[in-house]
Amino acid sequence: MFDKAFLEKLAEYKKKWEDEAKEIPQNSRSRFMTISSDDVEILYGPESVDMSNYMDKIGFPGEFPYTRGVHKTMYRSKMWTMRQFSGMGSPKQTNERYHYLLKQGTNGLSVAFDLPTLMGYDSDSDRSLGEVGKCGVAVDTLADMETIFDGIDTSKISTSMTINAPASILLAMYIALSEKKGVPSNKLTGTLQNDILKEYIAQKEWIYPPEPSIRLITDMMQFCSDHVPGWNTISISGYHIREAGATAAQELAFTLADGFQYVESAIAAGQDVDVFAKRLSFFFNAHQDFFEEIAKYRAARRIWAKRMRYKYNAKKERSWLLRFHTQTAGCSLTAQQPENNLMRTAFQALSGVLGGTQSLHTNSMDETLALPSEKAVLLALRTQQIIMQETGVTNTIDPLAGSYFVEHMTDKIEAAAEAYFDEIERRGGVLQCIEEGYFQRELAKSAYRYQKEIENGERIIVGVNEYVMEEDIDIPVLRIDETVADNQVASLNKIKETRDNDKTKRTLEELTECAKGNGNTMKAILDCVRVYATEGEIVDAMRPVFGEYTEPPMF
Amino acid sequence: MADKIRVLLAKPGLDGHDRGIKVIAAAFRDAGFEVIYTGLRQTPEQIVTAAIQEDVDAVGVSILSGAHMILFPAILELLKKEGGEDILLFGGGIISKEDMVDLKKAGVAKLYTPGATTTEIVDWLKSAVKDKKSDEKIL
Repeated sequence: MFDKAFLEKLAEYKKKWEDEAKEIPQNSRSRFMTISSDDVEILYGPESVDMSNYMDKIGFPGEFPYTRGVHKTMYRSKMWTMRQFSGMGSPKQTNERYHYLLKQGTNGLSVAFDLPTLMGYDSDSDRSLGEVGKCGVAVDTLADMETIFDGIDTSKISTSMTINAPASILLAMYIALSEKKGVPSNKLTGTLQNDILKEYIAQKEWIYPPEPSIRLITDMMQFCSDHVPGWNTISISGYHIREAGATAAQELAFTLADGFQYVESAIAAGQDVDVFAKRLSFFFNAHQDFFEEIAKYRAARRIWAKRMRYKYNAKKERSWLLRFHTQTAGCSLTAQQPENNLMRTAFQALSGVLGGTQSLHTNSMDETLALPSEKAVLLALRTQQIIMQETGVTNTIDPLAGSYFVEHMTDKIEAAAEAYFDEIERRGGVLQCIEEGYFQRELAKSAYRYQKEIENGERIIVGVNEYVMEEDIDIPVLRIDETVADNQVASLNKIKETRDNDKTKRTLEELTECAKGNGNTMKAILDCVRVYATEGEIVDAMRPVFGEYTEPPMF
Repeated sequence: MADKIRVLLAKPGLDGHDRGIKVIAAAFRDAGFEVIYTGLRQTPEQIVTAAIQEDVDAVGVSILSGAHMILFPAILELLKKEGGEDILLFGGGIISKEDMVDLKKAGVAKLYTPGATTTEIVDWLKSAVKDKKSDEKIL
């Protein structure tokens, strides 16, 4: 881009400029660094970025390697989906919240399940004690999903379900309830999280060990290729990895490594990369360091496109695209001065948009302490609408491209991710790294370093270790009253009494047999769901075959 | 060093949010404590059995799912039953003031909510264990 003679002259001039700048007193911070503790220079210029291969590295939106965005016209043609994650209490309450959100202009639904559902336990299990309906909605059988989507046309909305270990079961329920409404499975659109690898790494909601879990996933990928072509089968998630303490580079690298693992497993199961790859999508965090996050999204697209094309030999362009959902960083929100979280969330959301996200969840200011209030949820949605309609950032695509700093950061974070890929490979791959606790230890180290930086004042968090006010932090009493649990158990019992129990038992036995052999587990699970087998029964039918996972010790 | 503080850290309940408890574990280790981390999804029975076997001074638990009003009392009761009433039980979570009052009354030594620093937790445990030991000597 610049000729050599100019760059040499520039280097000379910069040296002089730096010497002068050093003479000026600067504020007393010991380090200038990103939120990932990565040092940042005072100035970036033409010498900071190699733009000699502009078309290969940056290029055009909608063209390989998609650094500038996955679509040619980006937000001019299609705005991001405003997808607010919610789900609470009983199936009926969740249904009411969805009708409210749809009326407010949201265009995608997102289901949060309670912990027993996420872990594959029914509401009447001993392990569910005190947890039913607490962090999301409880689902035991198809009947609960029918209530949640009552009065909602599933052919008109896209639904995202945040579920991992038992994802096949919940997708099967969604297919079955839609069938009953007359909506065939090939008309359904939505996303499952279904990313078990990041569960072992970060979120820790697993049931079976990695290998059978991967089989459940590849079975579902095959099933969806055949019957639910509009479904995004895995939302390969960096969000939780970041929340568990990762740096931006770790989030990027570990998430993409998980993605490559799914691709390799599906190819090994005999699937065509150009059929399944277009249904993989990603889910990233939008943390507080504005430019670092934008660089992360840009680098993610470039890395994914290159590997899919050159390493996994995907031929279709659609297979090279890294499409992603973004959620603002829950771990950046503070219990102190909670209104400040509105501003944090707005900046984070803006970085997601400038990074070219396909959908976005903005956190509510009050959710460090409880499930969000309706007012806070509305403000979070309005934050997105203000970015979309008022700030002007959607007028032009990838407006920060060409910024010396952003391009430098994009290259740097890509290189950091590549170094992690090498390390993961050296250790024997993703599954081996999980087994030996490599990822888990890396995250714990980063989380501890971050906490220490806050406590020793190297890092300032407004309202936490600076600008502190005397305040009464009022944690609301969480009383999703136990009647939710009682009612849930009562309706579960009623289902068990009224369904055809012989038929249920038979289909569950067929599922066990299928798990033992090589059949497609997703098909067998759908049969169980249709006859109102419970989630716990379905999980238990496979448990003797697949076993249970236990985590490697950490300390 | 015979007087090294021994602490068992555990996560009961179903939630898997272990970032906090691992940070605390690292901070305790740096402070020179002996830390035993039991990992996730421990039942109250498993936690109490481990605490008594390991002869710890204190048990710290982290609960972020909202099930604290069920799990803390269950652990306390078992500690009493199994002869571990001298073991300090402390913890962290998203716990309202009202719940905190009830839990302290029931015998939980200390509770932390979001925003607590590792320094204050380390300092508290040091002095609480010291107080406990001097009480024991008087007795």
